[in-house]
Amino acid sequence: MYNFDFEKPSTIADAVSAMAAEEAQALGGGQTLIPTLKQRLASPSKLVSLSGIAEMKGVCEADGGISVGGATTHATVAAEAGAYPALAALASNIGDPAVRNRGTIGGSLANNDPAACYPSAALASGATIETNSREIAADDYFQGMFTTALEEGEIITNVRFPIPEAASYQKFEQPASRFAMVGVFVAKYVDGVRVAVTGASEDGVFRWTEAEEALSGNFSADAVEGLSVSGDGMISDLHGSGDYRAHLVKVLTKRAVAAAS
Amino acid sequence: MPKDSGIGASSKRREDVRFLTGQGQYTDDINIHGQTYVHFVRSDVAHGKINSIDTSAAEAMPGVVRIFTGADFEGIGGLPCGWQVTDRHGEAMKEPAHPVLAQGKVRHVGDPIAAVIAESLEQARDAGEALNIDIEELPAVVDMKAALSEGSATVHDDLGDNLCYDWGFVEENKGAVDEAIKNAAHVTTLELVNNRLVANPMEPRVAVGDYNRANDESTLYTTSQNPHVIRLLMGAFVLGIPEHKLRVVAPDVGGGFGTKIFHYAEEAFCTFAARQINRPVKWTASRSEAFISDAHGRDHVTKIELALDADNNFTAVRTETLANMGAYLSTFAPSVPTWLHGTLMAGNYKTPLIYVNVKAVFTNTVPVDAYRGAGRPEATYQLERVIDKAARELGVDPIALRRQNFITEFPYATPVAVEYDTGNYVATMDKLEEIADISGFEARRKASEANGKLRGLGVNCYIEACGIAPSNLVGQLGARAGLYDAATVRVNATGSISVMVGAHSHGQGHETAFPQVVAEMLGIDESMIEIVHGDSSKIPFGMGTYGSRSIAVCGSAMVRATEKIINKAKKIASHLLEASEADIELKDGQFTVAGTDKSCAWGDVTLAAYVPHNYPLDNIEPGLEETAFYDPSNFTYPSGAYACEVEVDPDTGKVTVERFSAADDFGNIINPMIVTGQVHGGLAQGIGQALMENCAYDENGQLLSASYMDYAMPRASDVPFYAVDHSCQTPCTHNPLGVKGCGEAGAIGSPPSVVNAVVDALQSAGHNVTHIDMPVSPSRVWAAMNS
Repeated sequence: MYNFDFEKPSTIADAVSAMAAEEAQALGGGQTLIPTLKQRLASPSKLVSLSGIAEMKGVCEADGGISVGGATTHATVAAEAGAYPALAALASNIGDPAVRNRGTIGGSLANNDPAACYPSAALASGATIETNSREIAADDYFQGMFTTALEEGEIITNVRFPIPEAASYQKFEQPASRFAMVGVFVAKYVDGVRVAVTGASEDGVFRWTEAEEALSGNFSADAVEGLSVSGDGMISDLHGSGDYRAHLVKVLTKRAVAAAS
Repeated sequence: MPKDSGIGASSKRREDVRFLTGQGQYTDDINIHGQTYVHFVRSDVAHGKINSIDTSAAEAMPGVVRIFTGADFEGIGGLPCGWQVTDRHGEAMKEPAHPVLAQGKVRHVGDPIAAVIAESLEQARDAGEALNIDIEELPAVVDMKAALSEGSATVHDDLGDNLCYDWGFVEENKGAVDEAIKNAAHVTTLELVNNRLVANPMEPRVAVGDYNRANDESTLYTTSQNPHVIRLLMGAFVLGIPEHKLRVVAPDVGGGFGTKIFHYAEEAFCTFAARQINRPVKWTASRSEAFISDAHGRDHVTKIELALDADNNFTAVRTETLANMGAYLSTFAPSVPTWLHGTLMAGNYKTPLIYVNVKAVFTNTVPVDAYRGAGRPEATYQLERVIDKAARELGVDPIALRRQNFITEFPYATPVAVEYDTGNYVATMDKLEEIADISGFEARRKASEANGKLRGLGVNCYIEACGIAPSNLVGQLGARAGLYDAATVRVNATGSISVMVGAHSHGQGHETAFPQVVAEMLGIDESMIEIVHGDSSKIPFGMGTYGSRSIAVCGSAMVRATEKIINKAKKIASHLLEASEADIELKDGQFTVAGTDKSCAWGDVTLAAYVPHNYPLDNIEPGLEETAFYDPSNFTYPSGAYACEVEVDPDTGKVTVERFSAADDFGNIINPMIVTGQVHGGLAQGIGQALMENCAYDENGQLLSASYMDYAMPRASDVPFYAVDHSCQTPCTHNPLGVKGCGEAGAIGSPPSVVNAVVDALQSAGHNVTHIDMPVSPSRVWAAMNS
């Protein structure tokens, strides 16, 4: 770890000013950033901890949806997002207890790891990412592996999820990291079904639009039976080929539809 | 009724009190006044020529004490290899130099190039980044077959090629084996990979070097399974420090699994540098560093052929193996694919003709050496897989085929140079069929199928050679050390006992099990006995702990020393009781005169030994302390039969182990609970190898599985509750306790049954899959189902 300054503001406004420093880096739960620092793979001048900002914490229901503060831990979402059971279930199965009690939704979405769970929930739910300066639709937010619409110094303060009629997240774990080798989040809304896939693509989380169309007409596992996903552009590594991941996308989509409640 | 003390009792592990309450004293807990920290700058390329190292900028960095490079070690010995294999043609293996810090070339990712010593670890790392190292990358040698091909780059240019040795065993049998295979009624052939593994003990390696200028003494604190071996190798061959000026201490060690047997560069460096700078030098490996500097395990590629006659009797086995040595010869690396592997190729079967060929290959990868089982898992895996394949090809029951070919008479001399003293393979298989409920399998398969899952049953046997070993034999086989062990039993004046042992406990529970033996022999309470181990200044010269040898070899030395104690104590008692020595009996801690009511207590005798006011000083010396060295006359041969039941998810290829049963014959057992724990741990590692663990390099020699993000360790949820039984006991005939050793059995015996079970599951659904290489990961199963 290299030396850095450390600030722990208690308001969003103070956090934004602290982030104005050159090479400043926001620190959520640190479950990715701290190991990266320890390996000397990042050298921020300043870490701005968001964990002391009360207005960025907690889950509340509003306008037919739920609103999750950017600094809310996975464990809190698991415990308090009962109005959106599939989201709570997803949060309850991220990493291990230590990760769930430190890691935050804002940190996960800002990092946009291609194998993280939360991006699939945000994208499948058509969530709205609120920052200190604007609101970003999930469809505009995810821009590829570790890439998002966030500007330098911009902080995710809140995430709003409309609650679907039925939803489920199905994760197939990579055997070593236990991240999603493939994770599929299916969410059925009045105006249609959204299917978001994490873990599989070299471009990060994506929507499987053919499945969405098929499922919007017929919300049953059989509806995706005839579809296929191409292995092109899928991650191919030690743990599985692109074709295998493509195959899992379909398997998990069917399982998510079957399990959706 | 189970005993509550002594041999056969499940005494609670006394060491767990300190381990579970955070009071263990590990090497990293040792901090010495004035201590410095060393950071090793390691190669990030697999193969390269070092053009230059400029240390000037780094030396000016804050806190830097001294920077060492390979040039500082010219004229100092390299790391020695402890075993010399002689090849098929009578030639000694090729033995490259293994410098402490790289000289001229780097040969694997992680090869140490420079060592920066500073006041703090962070300062050492900062300065390490300021080194200016010019390395010209060379083509990497990674694949073993390619390494042996014409025109391959060479890991060691002075050796001419990458072949360490071409070993044949038993060479004289080769013609007869070839003939038998040619004339066989049936030959089953299987090509397989025994996957490379990283041991991953919970505690990474640590070394602290200290030097006392006042008396010219060096001390090394290190995470070792065998402090005396390190003292011998490092003192005599690397640094030239005589034994009386070198102390090696291995305090609490958090797991070894073989990878902490070997003498490593970092140990030699810290000892050397402490003397150079006259300050203590500490190194603690990070987990990332462990992946690229701890010796790896396994990594064999094998073709095995099993010949059978028309009645399905095994007539011959022939194998060809490529064994990866990595970039340098680690301490015992050459012995693993040869004497620890070829000698086990008879397994539990009376195959009359066996020929094993092993080519050991240098590659630009981390050195490979012993890992829990070491050679014996590789032998077991290929033999038990090919038998299973043969049963399928012949349409016979795999258990029946094994039973038909079992060795049933003991002692049994195998065609691969070892003599099994005892065993009862029928009994362990009978026990396995009972505890695994083999007859209930079909019903469980139907239940799985009703849930959309494929269920498979895999069975295998194993034999191992433990308690290594008769020194004169291993000397003939190329060992450069003796393999006896030693114990000193020091009875104190008030009757308590310290036993100084050459074995080292790093999870095995010696501090509990060893006292049980002495307590049993003397009839005193276990709590009066304490084991001292791990410090070369306190213990007699012993060879440490590996190869499931501690109780069989060091325990035997302890028995011999305790027998000497009893003899002397009886002499003292006969004096105190004014009786003939021949009439003295020791029972329950009391000396009695046979046929009388005269007695004296254990404590009366021990006090007399140290306060000899009334003592036969004319005949015997005061004091009560005895040492024994024990050199076994043969290996021990634990054996067993294992069964695994898996479910395969046909949609994803994911395999889950639903049941696992192990019926072992470990001979006599000192502490059944500890033995069960050893089997549990071994099974987890074996299942880990079979399903999950995979140390993989890319074609450039970059380690792909360099952290837990990509190296899959088994977790509690990946293994089932085990059914473990060790009631089949055929005691070893040649050691005083009749013990065989249990440390490696689980890891040796489990991989084949897991893979056999997966193949069985897939075949049950009509997939024509005869083999899947380990780890049998979901993607590999899916690929096999869809090929």
